[in-house]
Amino acid sequence: MDAVFDHDTDPEDPGRRGLNLVVCIKQVPDSAQIRVHPVTNTIMRQGVPTIINPYDLFALEEAMRLRDQYGGEVTVLSMGPPMAEEALRRALGLGADKAVLITDRRFAGADTLATSYALASALAKLGAERPIDVVFTGKQTIDGDTAQVGPGVARRLGLNQLTYVAAIDLLDRATGEIVVRRRAEGGLQVLSSRLPCLVTVLEGVNEIRRGSIEDMLRAARAEVTVWSAADAGIEDPQQCGLKGSPTLVKRVFAPTPREESAEMVAVDGKRPAQIADAVLDLVFAHAPKLETELGAAPSEKERR
Amino acid sequence: MNTKAPARPGRKEQLPERFQSYRHVWVFVEIEEGRVHPVAFELLGEGRKLADALEVELAGVVLGPAGAATDAAVAAAFHHGADTVYLAEHDALASYRNEPYTRALTELVETYQPEIMLLGATTLGRDLAGAVATTLKTGLTADCTELAIDGERSLAATRPTFGGSLLCTIHTRGVRPQMATVRPRVMAMPEPDPERDGRVVRHALDLPEPDFVTKVLDFIADARTDDVNLAYAEVVVAGGMGLQSAENFELVRELAAALGGDYGCSRPVVQKGWLPADRQIGQTGKTIRPKLYIAAGISGAVQHRVGVEGADLIVAINSDPAAKIFEFAHLGVVADALTVLPALTEAVRRRVGVPAPVAAG
Repeated sequence: MDAVFDHDTDPEDPGRRGLNLVVCIKQVPDSAQIRVHPVTNTIMRQGVPTIINPYDLFALEEAMRLRDQYGGEVTVLSMGPPMAEEALRRALGLGADKAVLITDRRFAGADTLATSYALASALAKLGAERPIDVVFTGKQTIDGDTAQVGPGVARRLGLNQLTYVAAIDLLDRATGEIVVRRRAEGGLQVLSSRLPCLVTVLEGVNEIRRGSIEDMLRAARAEVTVWSAADAGIEDPQQCGLKGSPTLVKRVFAPTPREESAEMVAVDGKRPAQIADAVLDLVFAHAPKLETELGAAPSEKERR
Repeated sequence: MNTKAPARPGRKEQLPERFQSYRHVWVFVEIEEGRVHPVAFELLGEGRKLADALEVELAGVVLGPAGAATDAAVAAAFHHGADTVYLAEHDALASYRNEPYTRALTELVETYQPEIMLLGATTLGRDLAGAVATTLKTGLTADCTELAIDGERSLAATRPTFGGSLLCTIHTRGVRPQMATVRPRVMAMPEPDPERDGRVVRHALDLPEPDFVTKVLDFIADARTDDVNLAYAEVVVAGGMGLQSAENFELVRELAAALGGDYGCSRPVVQKGWLPADRQIGQTGKTIRPKLYIAAGISGAVQHRVGVEGADLIVAINSDPAAKIFEFAHLGVVADALTVLPALTEAVRRRVGVPAPVAAG
């Protein structure tokens, strides 16, 4: 699949048409409103509103900023059930230029490996029409929380993988160089890489714009391209959905309460200071070492 | 969504022949900026149990340029339970970059064929695990909170699901290695044994620099010193939506300071923008294992619970007597956190004195 991303084969003047940017987004249930059935331990999906995965909005905004600066277009791509079209339409309303939904019964039950296969196939098809400069994703989704699909897509397409990006410092269309700051443990890595690449965007690095009236109107009328697995150029349906997923969920369950229930501190008729003293008494009764450790903490100066 | 249950292939799925020789449990020993991340030792402690259950070896994998850092990592891996260390040294591995690390780790897996590989769910570990698992076309389970071996030598990896409202147990079928990541502090740190030694398997790698497009230009160390210790703090105070405003987090900070500890919050607080994401405690934030954890105005969703269950003593303050947090707290106070927090700060100052602030230069 690498060849379609090869900019050397792009006959167009790279500066003229601007950047081709694709943002992968996912429609997710609004986790703040998920309820678990207390008896059956199943998710009560009915009536739970869906949203664009909040982390993806930072990716979308970052892509639109690059487009606004260098010209070009932003395509949003999603894999999901037909209703995921809503999320794509919302992204158009925020300012994306085009939207593609890949939807097929064969995608159902996909884990991250199967998801990255389907998305990579669709990206390869989009890239065959016109080479893609940067694929964006959020750092992870709020329903799966795996952060694995971005790296999976990069790997499958041979894209340079830049995860947890806090800032894009430079993008040089002529040389294809991109310089980013990447969140690492204890600091930021400054990385130089080349287009085409895949960037997963860290949360909180920008603020999603409010769509303009024009964008809202355009989104309402715009056509969302809908592709089946075959339309998306998927060669091997065995690698999609449940069949293509090496991981299998064997059991879903609610955590059991601790065997001993919490010791409740009596509060009735007590002033806050009395409650606080009762709490500290119990804390030190449970953890006697803590009292001496805390007591040892004050410095000489504080004592005086 | 599937309406029909998927057709189940035969009751037992035979592992394809080429994977049947895969043996042993591996832990990736993450080194960043010359230091082993403590999550690697936590994973070696957990990996030891898995290896013992399977009656196989526990191995650490150390990647980096030849030098003091890799030498120290090899020794430390033995001290924390490894029988063997696979050591691949190369200058291209000087700083973490996805491409050379993915190539190195993939080559090691294909050569020595482990059945299980564990990595820390750090920014490095997640970046690497996703790329390696995709290259190997194998299963990867992120952010596990519990690991076990079932009756058929299969790794049972448990993690929160559905946005952290339930737990699920995941298996990898038909392919090896079974890969999983675990967040720092989820597993207990094993007691190191400085006498422990083992076998080093050196593996030569061919990693020509021109193959690697991405270059590390610089590393900007975090200037802030106030937030690095949350995961490893001995005392943690955290607030949730019951605090009602960003300003009220001053009450949380004051109690944490009086106790000489650090402070944090639940996920909705970060989503509200009251505190930055690096203060979030829970499945998608930091996992903590303090001696004392005080949760004020936090309801106690599963995704929060899995991040704090390792605490020795959990004190919950919540005005809702039905709050989930009372299901896993050790001490419960049904009261308004906004009045109890300042009273606690006052009581701590009175009874144990005021700790000196950590020297901030």
